[in-house]
Amino acid sequence: MSSKYAVELKDLRKSFGKTEIIRGTNLAVAQGERVAVIGPNGAGKSTLFNLISGRFAPTSGEILLNGERVDGLLPYEINRRGLARSFQITNIFGRLSVFENLRCGVLWSLGYRYAFWKFLADLKDANTRADELLQMIKLDRKRDTLAMNLTYAEQRALEIGITIAGGAGVVMLDEPTAGMSKTETARFIELIRDVTEGKTLLTVEHDMGVVFGLADKIAVLVYGEVIAFDTPDAVRANARVQEAYLGSVLADAQVAEGTRLHAGHPGH
Amino acid sequence: MSLETATSSAGAAQASAPTVVPGPVVRRWPLRGRAGTWAGFALILLLAPLVFSSDLSVSMLSQIGIAIVACLSFNMLLGQGGMLSFGHAVYTGLATFVCIHALLGIASGAFPVPVSLVPLIGGLAGAFFAILLGYVTTKKAGTPFAMITLGIGELVAAMVLMVPEFFGGEGGVSANRSVGKPFLGITFGPPLQVYYLTAFYTFVCTAAMFAFTRTPLGRMLNAVRDNPERVEFIGYSTQRVRYFSFIIAGFFAGVAGGMYALNFEIATAEVVGAGRSGLYLLFTFLGGATFFFGPIIGAILMVLSFTLLSELTKGWPLYLGLVFILMVMFAPGGIASLVMMNVRLAAYRKLSRVAAWYPALLAAALVMLAGAAALIELFYQIQLGSGNETHTSVFGIGLDTQSQASWIGAVAVLLVGYALFELVRRRFGRVWGRVQEEIEAQVAAREGR
Repeated sequence: MSSKYAVELKDLRKSFGKTEIIRGTNLAVAQGERVAVIGPNGAGKSTLFNLISGRFAPTSGEILLNGERVDGLLPYEINRRGLARSFQITNIFGRLSVFENLRCGVLWSLGYRYAFWKFLADLKDANTRADELLQMIKLDRKRDTLAMNLTYAEQRALEIGITIAGGAGVVMLDEPTAGMSKTETARFIELIRDVTEGKTLLTVEHDMGVVFGLADKIAVLVYGEVIAFDTPDAVRANARVQEAYLGSVLADAQVAEGTRLHAGHPGH
Repeated sequence: MSLETATSSAGAAQASAPTVVPGPVVRRWPLRGRAGTWAGFALILLLAPLVFSSDLSVSMLSQIGIAIVACLSFNMLLGQGGMLSFGHAVYTGLATFVCIHALLGIASGAFPVPVSLVPLIGGLAGAFFAILLGYVTTKKAGTPFAMITLGIGELVAAMVLMVPEFFGGEGGVSANRSVGKPFLGITFGPPLQVYYLTAFYTFVCTAAMFAFTRTPLGRMLNAVRDNPERVEFIGYSTQRVRYFSFIIAGFFAGVAGGMYALNFEIATAEVVGAGRSGLYLLFTFLGGATFFFGPIIGAILMVLSFTLLSELTKGWPLYLGLVFILMVMFAPGGIASLVMMNVRLAAYRKLSRVAAWYPALLAAALVMLAGAAALIELFYQIQLGSGNETHTSVFGIGLDTQSQASWIGAVAVLLVGYALFELVRRRFGRVWGRVQEEIEAQVAAREGR
């Protein structure tokens, strides 16, 4: 880790046609920090994730990963430099088994590249790692089930599993709990906390409960700009944020729920 | 070969609505069983010419070997990589041309290699052209990929006619395979010697292509097929995965092309044509792109329909088209998936309940086929039949294009057959569904859901 910051955005801008979606975003996420990006619909949260992970190239500005410029690189190049992401819409390998899904996620990081002169069955390290991941995401009983035959919650877990498989230091989760029931969400937050232990975490979330349950710091994105970046308590007290985002009764209720969850896990 | 649905390549790119999704793996294919399968395959290759020993049969067996390698290499793209190629004959065909020239070189003494290595030269030629042309092709996936293969296919087919110095123009280039020094008395003159060389390459190539499905690149090719976007976010360039796999498929296509050169001793423009590419696609699909062994079934069917079906009726391409359409509609996984669905039922000891319906289904299908065949033959007699001949026959029943009774009879048989088939199929569908549900319940119970 050469840099103090895992991810740094400098005056990042992205336009689609004439519409500027990201308008000069600045953000510096320290190593090992857990950051939730929140903001109203259309604020540009998903676009921001797509820029950082290389799905889109920025119009201008800089993205630094561990102090290295990565803006304009392709997704797989950024991934090889230690950043992995999950998707809001489940993005797995449907006709491969759960185990195969995870092993695919592991292969590059262990240096197997495009090898066609080695048998997968002989790759002890890859197989051990894939089995560990199975345990971590609690899908060991579904080892040989095709990914498309999993339940929705299981697919979301697999999505996270594939994301962390390569051992990237920076993990970005795009609405990891989208579409889950309340009990599933609570369990899932725990799972995320476990598997991202010691890593830098960036999440996009709508559910305030998840945000306050998971994050050390919150970045509030409104119309393509970060208007606040601070601890949950400070963000909650921030007048601009309240005005832009947090004012609703629903959000307050979710915050209460989240604080309860957070308090329940002092050791995180 | 493999019973593991996860590792076998699942699904043709275009097979959007598979009727039955392969379920969870019943059991790991035991190693001994797999070795047994390969030993059995080798034994069949060894003994086949003793059972089918006429010159025609031996030649057919060689053709089957060639087609197996060609279709398996095609399926590396279609079934395992989701790449629908309309131009696979480019790689088999160009390799055939190169190998014919290699044979000419051996004959003149300019290129002193043993004749038995000619298929390997074909493989290198196939890989070379795949490196050259595949770079452009594999830049894209999906429909653009298919379009580019079509374009390159046309380009090469046109070029073959434009450069007669190398490709021999309309007449093609021919060579003699019994050249060079005989090795232990093997001259490759008799068809049986060529068969055993072909069988050897077929076995080795099949084993190598199966091995490929179990390597990191082979697995990532499946991942690219299932979800190219996600692959980019786990460190892999989808383009490279496609390109490297394409080159390997090109190599095996080239081996098939080399074997073709040895068997037929001639290369004409037809060997690189769109027609041949279409055949690879059609028969790979019929055999089943979903499973590794599917294309082997397809390859056998290809040769059988070319040699036997064409003897039976001149209108055989019409039947082929009909079968293909029915297959795409009702069994998009091809024959291999039909086989494997029944194997799965057998593993759960439920096959007998379903199999009881098969005779009825078959009988109804035969009635339908008789009606369709009568119509096809009547049409064929009018459109392409010789002169004023109006008589034809199906299953030994005389038909006359001038007679209303023949036409009405044919349509009636077809309709009755269709009605019967639908009736049986619906009832069968219910039984099938119930059995599948029971199996799902068993699986769920075992997983402790």
